[in-house]
Amino acid sequence: MELFQWGTNPWGQEVAIRLSWDLLYVFATLGVVFVIGHMIFRKIYPERPEGEPTSEELKGLPERVTRHSLASRLFHWVMAASMLVLLFSAFLPIVGVQFNWLTWHWIAGIVLIISVLYHIVHAVFFQDLWSVWITPSDVKEGMQDLKHMMGSGPAPEKPGKYPFANKAYHAAVLVTTLAVIVTGILMLYRIQTPLVTRNPYLLSDQSWGVTYVLHGLAGVVMVFLVIAHIYFAVLPEKRWQTWSMIRGWISKKDYATYHDRRRWALRD
Amino acid sequence: MAVIRDTMPAFELFQPTSVDEALGLLDRYGADAWPMAGGLDSFDWFKDRIRRPAAVVDLGGIEDLRGVRGMPDGGLEIGAMTTLTGVVTHADVISRYPLLAVGAEAAASPQIRNQGTLGGNLIQDTRCWYYRDGWTCYRAGGNICYADTPTAMNREHCIFGASRCVAVNPSDSAPALIALDAKMVIRNQDGERVVDAEDFWIGPSIDIRRMTVLEPGDLLVAVRLPAAWADARPYYEKIRDRGVWDFPLVNVASAMKVSGTTIEDIRIAVNAVAPYPVRLTAVENILRGAEISEETAERAGSLAVRGAQSLAHNAYKVPMMKNLVKRAIRGVEV
Repeated sequence: MELFQWGTNPWGQEVAIRLSWDLLYVFATLGVVFVIGHMIFRKIYPERPEGEPTSEELKGLPERVTRHSLASRLFHWVMAASMLVLLFSAFLPIVGVQFNWLTWHWIAGIVLIISVLYHIVHAVFFQDLWSVWITPSDVKEGMQDLKHMMGSGPAPEKPGKYPFANKAYHAAVLVTTLAVIVTGILMLYRIQTPLVTRNPYLLSDQSWGVTYVLHGLAGVVMVFLVIAHIYFAVLPEKRWQTWSMIRGWISKKDYATYHDRRRWALRD
Repeated sequence: MAVIRDTMPAFELFQPTSVDEALGLLDRYGADAWPMAGGLDSFDWFKDRIRRPAAVVDLGGIEDLRGVRGMPDGGLEIGAMTTLTGVVTHADVISRYPLLAVGAEAAASPQIRNQGTLGGNLIQDTRCWYYRDGWTCYRAGGNICYADTPTAMNREHCIFGASRCVAVNPSDSAPALIALDAKMVIRNQDGERVVDAEDFWIGPSIDIRRMTVLEPGDLLVAVRLPAAWADARPYYEKIRDRGVWDFPLVNVASAMKVSGTTIEDIRIAVNAVAPYPVRLTAVENILRGAEISEETAERAGSLAVRGAQSLAHNAYKVPMMKNLVKRAIRGVEV
């Protein structure tokens, strides 16, 4: 198995052309292995149900607690749709389904870029930016939660708005998405679009090679991340979170069960 | 970069005598097999050591792939291994499908037409020299088109259908077959399928590594010419740098059904302007029911080149294509 595909430039230099697509199958397999591994893990260490909230804990809470505003949900689903189009248009031709993929791909990329810019502005100016940021204590609590699930330690404190798994996934998607966006914008200069004037001399051959490799690497990592994300979204014990991304709210019982009201204080 | 040598890389040579035997070999070797017709394109690739197939399947010994046969509907079926000379000189082709006879005769030189086959002319690879010289361009699996850079030599390249690659399809008989609504008969181990000529060639937006729908294991066995477009008024013209022997800069083929001076129906195609032969359906649509006149020809020519995007050195192809379409409508019979 190769990690990169190599070519020869007009000066006879060996340059990396792109990531080897063997890695697509590696990361897709890793995604499936992760899902199966997690299923086995849950079989060995079943989910420990959280205690029912007391009436005291439920007191004063609204029936519906808003977890994701309409603006956040719109971003999530637009990003999800564009990401799926990007992945399918990128990888279907590689597995043998031939179609006019490039037009779909760059248009979906533009949609992704616009949605991410929107999200950045929304998160910085209209949301609690740090609620989804990972801190050292999150990592510590994540490890404690893992030990607890395996029966060798006390349960960690309830999280704020986002549990450690949510934050970790967000961070992974953030890095991967920014990588595909930055490299994707550069790659727009290699194809004919109405957006930018084509300029294949923008970077050196070696730099283009690195750009293509990073774009491909981010793409195959995203395959793994999407498989994991969809798996957790359909898991029965996580569906309250999935529903909140559709409806926008969680019940006061879910709020009191899964969240620490001190760490995620409700506003009016 | 290509280095021309006296010897070709080693390969297993197979010389089957039946289509089934050939299909078995193509299936066995998959992408490592190279079906060879007249060998005129193949040996270039081999001697330049750019293509290194494990197995070459020489189709020259399969008699079933040769010849011109009548079809029950009154059309003709031409075996893919029929030489271009065989097509050009066949009485039925000359009398009923002169468009193809002229198109096939426009290819290459008499010596090459004696050796080259109709199938080979149809599925030959593009002539982009950056690609042919072995540069790692998009079509060769790389991530750049050397012909589409500000300093590139791209006088012969495309004005339509570019998608990363700007190479053109060089076939002279392809537009004639599209104009005649030909059907391409393809066989593989799973059976036979028939593809319309206009769908046979694919552009880089679909698959940048292939010129046609043929995949490893597939074999073009015949071309069927339906009776519906036999005897239609033909027009074929090819512009090339050297009249004696050259690939097209632009060529045009049209089959027109005429009643008096009214165009009842028409099929028209051009080649060497895109990575695939282009059927001009929008032009056909405005021509049906129109009177043959200078004004109609002008409208058709203008519409034909709408959306053309020239490269640094091939803007001349736009008026050239426009004028060829106009001349096809004016209708100087071939």
